[in-house]
Amino acid sequence: MIETSNLTADRIKEYLSEGKRFDHRKTEEFRPMSIEVGLSKKAEGSARVKIGKTEVWVGVKMDTTEPYPDSLNKGNLMVTAELLPMSHGKYEYGPPKFEAIELGRLVDRGIRESGYIDFEKLCIEEGKKVWAVYIDIYSINDDGNLLDAAFIGALAALREAKVPYYDEKTEKVDFEKESKEKMPLTENMPLNFSIYQAGSIIFLDPTIEEEAASQGRLILAVIPTNPLKICSMQKGDTIQVSPEKFGEMLDLVEKAHKGLYSNINKLIDDAIKKKAKDKKE
Amino acid sequence: MAYTKRLDGRKFDEPRKITAKVGVIPNADGSAMFSFGDTVAYAAVYGPKQLHPQHLQNPEKGILRCNYSMLSFSVSDRIRPGPNKRSTEISKVSEWALNPAILIDEFPNTVVDVHIAIPQADASTRCAGINAASLALAHAGIPMKDLITSVSIGKMDKQLVVDVNKAEEDYEEGEGATDMAMSFLNHSGRITHIQLDGKISTKELKEAIKFGREACKKIYEAQKQALKDVRNNGGDE
Repeated sequence: MIETSNLTADRIKEYLSEGKRFDHRKTEEFRPMSIEVGLSKKAEGSARVKIGKTEVWVGVKMDTTEPYPDSLNKGNLMVTAELLPMSHGKYEYGPPKFEAIELGRLVDRGIRESGYIDFEKLCIEEGKKVWAVYIDIYSINDDGNLLDAAFIGALAALREAKVPYYDEKTEKVDFEKESKEKMPLTENMPLNFSIYQAGSIIFLDPTIEEEAASQGRLILAVIPTNPLKICSMQKGDTIQVSPEKFGEMLDLVEKAHKGLYSNINKLIDDAIKKKAKDKKE
Repeated sequence: MAYTKRLDGRKFDEPRKITAKVGVIPNADGSAMFSFGDTVAYAAVYGPKQLHPQHLQNPEKGILRCNYSMLSFSVSDRIRPGPNKRSTEISKVSEWALNPAILIDEFPNTVVDVHIAIPQADASTRCAGINAASLALAHAGIPMKDLITSVSIGKMDKQLVVDVNKAEEDYEEGEGATDMAMSFLNHSGRITHIQLDGKISTKELKEAIKFGREACKKIYEAQKQALKDVRNNGGDE
């Protein structure tokens, strides 16, 4: 595997300083995106997301469990991410490293804090039994911006997900029995923005080379209220951001949200419709 | 009751619908997808590349490393991410199955890594994985003397069947289910991998091997076509 050379990184920065990118995109423009749902019949919901050459698979599994002591009437959420060696030469087997742990945590926080999943509806018996929702993320081909791809994958998998059949007599889950009960979701579909900075330029959806050329990133998730509300945030790396630059980043999110939100919403809707149609045929 | 009709209506010697596609993971040196019905396997090959840590290197030849993993949501009961006993064994068995086909003696101190992932499982996942891996190795341009073809042969009560699915694997009537996963060097027909769970006589087992060899012809055709398709499409995406 070839590391991005300093020469390439310098050239990327030079280009960006003039507002240009190797692939002719605008600074806030995403690469072409595609979403497919129903990757695994055994998952409650699952999705394949491609942004340019980046590909991520996300699956939602559910099971019953005991509630946490501080939320006796709410379901649980657990998000795990694996950066598969399959997806890039730089990843190795072994216990998850920081990058994978952070990816899972960032998706977890954005989804949890947005209130997108209606956890109270995932309570079976208060204080005793609730649904656990597991979101598992796998990188399949890493060409940058895995986080946004994973986040979109989680949204699509949740939208497709059905709560498995729970037999109240035997108190067991029957995964084989077909379920029609949708995952309880609210209108607060969050969207994640990974804003990268290289030199004085901020931009979205980096390729893997652009990631290497950047000095850091600000990650935030927003819910589609009017005005937009931010529901989670984290600055990555040692980059120092001036308050003015920080303001610019927030303005960029305001500017990019509307188009991106409707685009992703439509792609997920279309993917779910296509799956339903394929199933009928 | 004897097993006179297969649970999903297939003929006894009929595998599920086979799909094979080469060039599915752009970053990899070679990659492929192979499926038997609802069992889907992806494989990616990286290498030959320098092997780290250095003490694992073999100065006389290159080595092959396989890693098989079922994704958490590939089965009804979620699998905890990360390696387990089953995946560790299947990784090694897949490595042994593929090794006889590849010629990497000329690449000392290097490794060829094969990563296999199963996003959706309906039994026979290791066979689908080996078939995908064999294609991915060819796609990566690793010198090979043959393709490896792999299939599972089942014995339901007394009846031999090709390409066992989950429902058949769980068959309990009569003598129950015997499940045999086997892989061959396609042209010589030499067995590079065989595993068995269940009970079977030596005579029946010999029959099962013949059955497996016959079934692998279809698998080989699908593999060959997938490799031709990627060439005709001008190589990689």
